[in-house]
Amino acid sequence: MAGSTFWRSKSVRGIVLQGGFLALIAAVVIGATLTARDTLAAQGLTSGFGFLRKATGWEMNFSLLPTTTSDPYWWYLLMGLMNTLFMGLVGLTGASVLGLIVGLMRSGRNPAARLLGTLYIELFRNLPLILQLFFWYAMANALPAPRQSLEIGGALVNARGIYLPGLAIGPGTVALALLAVASGACLAVWVLAARRFRRMEPQGQRRLSLAALGAGLALAAVTVLAGHEPGTAWTSWPALAGLKVDGGFRIQPEVYALAIAIMTYGAAYVGEIVRGGFKAVGRGQMEAAAALGLSPWQVFSRVRMPLAFRAMLPILINQYVWLIKATTLGIAVGFSDFFMVIASSINHSGQTFEFIAILMGGFLLINFSLAAVLNRLNRAIALKGHQTTGVQ
Amino acid sequence: MTSAARSRTGLKRWRKDYFGSPGAALMTLFSLAALGAILWVLVDWGLIRATFGAEGNQETCAAGGGACWSVIAVRWRVILFGIYPFEEQWRAALACGTVALVILLSCIPRLWSFGRLALIWTLGTALFYALMRGGVLGLAPVNEQQWGGLPLTLFVFVATGVIGMPLAIGLALLRRSDYPVIARVSGWIIDTIRSLPLLSILFTCAIVLPFMLPGFLIGEKLYRVVFGAALFFAAYQAEIIRGGFQGIPSGQEEAAKALGLSYWQRMGRIVLPQAFRLALPATINQFVIAFMETSLIVVVGFMELLAAGNTAFKTGDWKFAYAEVYVFIAAIYFTFVFGLSRYGAYLEARMNTGHAKD
Repeated sequence: MAGSTFWRSKSVRGIVLQGGFLALIAAVVIGATLTARDTLAAQGLTSGFGFLRKATGWEMNFSLLPTTTSDPYWWYLLMGLMNTLFMGLVGLTGASVLGLIVGLMRSGRNPAARLLGTLYIELFRNLPLILQLFFWYAMANALPAPRQSLEIGGALVNARGIYLPGLAIGPGTVALALLAVASGACLAVWVLAARRFRRMEPQGQRRLSLAALGAGLALAAVTVLAGHEPGTAWTSWPALAGLKVDGGFRIQPEVYALAIAIMTYGAAYVGEIVRGGFKAVGRGQMEAAAALGLSPWQVFSRVRMPLAFRAMLPILINQYVWLIKATTLGIAVGFSDFFMVIASSINHSGQTFEFIAILMGGFLLINFSLAAVLNRLNRAIALKGHQTTGVQ
Repeated sequence: MTSAARSRTGLKRWRKDYFGSPGAALMTLFSLAALGAILWVLVDWGLIRATFGAEGNQETCAAGGGACWSVIAVRWRVILFGIYPFEEQWRAALACGTVALVILLSCIPRLWSFGRLALIWTLGTALFYALMRGGVLGLAPVNEQQWGGLPLTLFVFVATGVIGMPLAIGLALLRRSDYPVIARVSGWIIDTIRSLPLLSILFTCAIVLPFMLPGFLIGEKLYRVVFGAALFFAAYQAEIIRGGFQGIPSGQEEAAKALGLSYWQRMGRIVLPQAFRLALPATINQFVIAFMETSLIVVVGFMELLAAGNTAFKTGDWKFAYAEVYVFIAAIYFTFVFGLSRYGAYLEARMNTGHAKD
């Protein structure tokens, strides 16, 4: 029975099982790669990333910075990634604000408001996101034609989009100005949060942080001033010109339909998370705060909200990652997000595997960095023990 | 306390809740106005001024000024069954009934054993498949490319569950394996799938996978896409089961080991049943999400319920009636999803009372 004792030895069995497991996965991967190489060779396609410098030859229908058909693939991919991040930012912000309102309505004492909140959540959470997206998009397309545009406070609304009055400056200048504001804000947060500034006086720290924010804003203002062409008007108002609208700042139907869909759908989930967060805060905390003589608003803003925020953040992180992934639905209505750029590139260039690798890499990067940042925030604000519930 | 006094305190509490402070009063007025407006629009648009019956068309509907339910009366078969052959649509309807029965049966706690559930789902799937695909019992064969509407949605959902659940159990067991290499690698696989959007997985399965598979494995696009959906479901469900594992005290498995039970006996009799019980609410939630996500297959070119609805109003003279069609489809999704999530909440409450008694 030598064989049987050999097999019964735990370490031998471990090596055999784990080696077998790895070999199985390696066999699947290698088999798939070889088959793919044969198929591609049969179709006369070459592999490699040289195509990234080639011109695309097709148009992107939405991008934050200008794109033309002669731009190379890498620029299109970058713009697609920026569109995804932009839509994610708009969607997450909107979903958080709306979700906070719905969640507060649901956890308040007012029965009418509670009913309204419940209706909202049950309606938006129980319908597929893509159905809601199609509905908003069909609604946007059913708006009147440009000649019968609706006019709302200087803005024109028609089936081609929403035309807002805006500053008459180029998109590059806008991007630079936004970059300046964003770096100022990041610097301000860093000053407030980083360990390096712990030893400063709190007041000095706050002043330094505000100074960083102000510097960002000032830089943005300078950029806008420098980017403005002298002699032209400062603002641009949308106006009918024949069959189309000239001037102003156009928001395409795809863009706002997707933004509305993600915001309203995300808000239903965020609302439930917010309600759960408020429920997790122990009554004792609020009673203690009230006993100390804090006003109702102080109890809410200094005790209830901060504790509830800590309780909801871990679940919120998952929800945010999920919502970022949901921006890929843009392909269903023609919003050029990262995924749609990849899908069109595959159609036009045939470089299937390279693009799928870029797609996976891009989403792993977005999701892991978002989760990493939020987890870091979660650890930074976490309280020791069970202070949320007030039970030690 | 007399009844008059009680109603007076009730009134007081009512007044405090609704009009306790200026803010609360404002909130009440706003909410009541919003609720009233929603109700009025629904009744006025959907019933009072609406046009019913198959005779309605764009003029009569526009004259009425409300919803044009005529589009549903005329196009309901397209919405429900897509391009499935018209004379054979009774089969598609029966197939939908089968799936509904399977789902109802698996909601009965008495039937919750692995064997019974597996039997119900296998039989149900086989019957569904025979009805839809045909070619047996004298039924005319209908190609998968002609499937559409509600049966396709239900098929993708059921197949996702039937393939995804065993896959999820497998992945969850691999992840908690004692062998570090196996545990680590399956952890990577699960995390990678979870961080990708489902749409990109479906797209990869529909478009890219044929390049990577030997000819005999490529098969119909529908099955590849279902496999992709099942893989995604499995990655999420595996994490839910892992959460269930973590709720089981380690003494349970140690005691089973001490009794000399083998690995499969420990898993099948001790660990998995308890893990599933703990993970039940999250599992039902995952099924609800999986049902809603079946609608994503419209992007890779399938005529499921949503796409069939799109064609119903985008062709012919019904372009104006998008809201009515979407309301109809939304009602179907809502019935199913809301029912399932209510059932999940009921189960959770039932299990919690069980815990309180322990």
